[in-house]
Amino acid sequence: MDDVESRIIELVAKSKNLPVTDVRMNSTFDELQIDSLDKINLSFAVEEMFSIEIPDDSLNSLKTVGDVVRGVESLRAAAASPDAAAS
Amino acid sequence: MKRVVVTGLGCVTPIGNSVEAFCDSLFAGRSGIAPFDLGAMPGALSPDPGIRFKTTAKVKGFDPSGNPEHRLTPSFMLTSELGAQFGIVAARQAVAASGLLRHYDPAEVAIVSGCSCGGRGADEDANRNLYTRNARVPPTAIIRTMASSGTSNIAIENGVTGPTLNVATACASGTHALGLAFQMVRAGIAPAAIAGGYEAALTYGFLRAWDSMRVVSPTACRPFSADRDGMTLGEGAAMFTLEPLDAALARGARIWAEIVGFGMSADAHHVTQPLARGAALAMQRALDDASTTLGLAREQTMERVGYINAHGTGTQTNDQVEAAAIHQTFAELAPRIPIGATKAQTGHSIGAAGAIEALATVLALDAAGLPPTAGVTEIDPALNLDVIVRQQRPLAPGKHLALSNSLAFGGLNAVLALRRYTG
Repeated sequence: MDDVESRIIELVAKSKNLPVTDVRMNSTFDELQIDSLDKINLSFAVEEMFSIEIPDDSLNSLKTVGDVVRGVESLRAAAASPDAAAS
Repeated sequence: MKRVVVTGLGCVTPIGNSVEAFCDSLFAGRSGIAPFDLGAMPGALSPDPGIRFKTTAKVKGFDPSGNPEHRLTPSFMLTSELGAQFGIVAARQAVAASGLLRHYDPAEVAIVSGCSCGGRGADEDANRNLYTRNARVPPTAIIRTMASSGTSNIAIENGVTGPTLNVATACASGTHALGLAFQMVRAGIAPAAIAGGYEAALTYGFLRAWDSMRVVSPTACRPFSADRDGMTLGEGAAMFTLEPLDAALARGARIWAEIVGFGMSADAHHVTQPLARGAALAMQRALDDASTTLGLAREQTMERVGYINAHGTGTQTNDQVEAAAIHQTFAELAPRIPIGATKAQTGHSIGAAGAIEALATVLALDAAGLPPTAGVTEIDPALNLDVIVRQQRPLAPGKHLALSNSLAFGGLNAVLALRRYTG
């Protein structure tokens, strides 16, 4: 499990008071009972943790824990490579 | 009009986190006032450069993550600050003890709470981080700061969808909330109600603001004492279930007391200088309301008052003005009415204070015993009042009525009239 994945799983588990073993990459927000406020709060915590900004239009497409992990990895990669982000 | 009784009680307070524990401490005269720890206060400067007082009355042992009785879901934890959490747990106790929602349709039950300060902790944290390091403001800051967040979460936890509101009238909020709920049940607007108050605002900024007002005791609140030197800030919650007397009897509910009257007034004078006339008006209106309920003349009602749970903050001004208001209201009866002040034990919990003091009044009536005013040894003779000190005393025979006074900053006054229920 890479760093981003483990940190996000830990964050989700903590926010819902669940053991980390209950949170997997393919866990959906519905399964974890993550509602719209939880999602906004989680996004805020992820942005703070990884110093990124999740665009508004990306929020609605996040349905699983894996979506968040992949989104963070993509945003971090873009930040590390400004040329790639601009293209 | 229906007669309205109290059938369930719950509390989280500096002197006990259950009604039983609160009652034990209340009658034993135990105080919850203790030195506060600046080091544990987010954002506090330590050593503090200017704060003049050293004590507060904090709730101890409240543990929503460990204690099953205090447990709150992640959603409640996300959307509520400490005061609201106290309110949720106190309401849970009252609802469970009364069995209210097994007998009334939750779709129609009302919730009326008092909370004045809201979630100051969330507000101060967000603002401190924003203004000192341009930090982003968390998305929950709005929700956690709302004074009504506890009210909403009490509705959510209990599935109650009747008339639901929060009252913010500073130090009278809890009494106004109980009074409004009483009126709603009496008038049949709601078949039953969950009502009371909650507050936890003992943040660094809040303490510094009160320090600047120079009304906080450097030692501890001693209401009506000759050597009183100010109030002590507190926190907590008390919640009640209210229902019609006939319905409570029909279902065999435990009846703790009857609410027989409610009076409100405004001083319309000054935000921080109370007027005896305003407080007296609220007491007179509560007595008139009680007279109507009981079919008595006001003089007869006044003769039956065996206890006043005073607002009793322990400041020079409040206690003087409240004493004058009691004299204006009761005339020659005033010096003989036993008077107590719960803030000597619980501190002043602002929006929760009236509800916690109504709880003390209900327990006093139920036990037919009057708790002592802790920490007071010598009553201020200029007040000419019979303040209960040192030890509890019995409620006098035939004097089964009590008043619970709340006189708020801003000159907003609320007084409940309660009756010992004897069947």
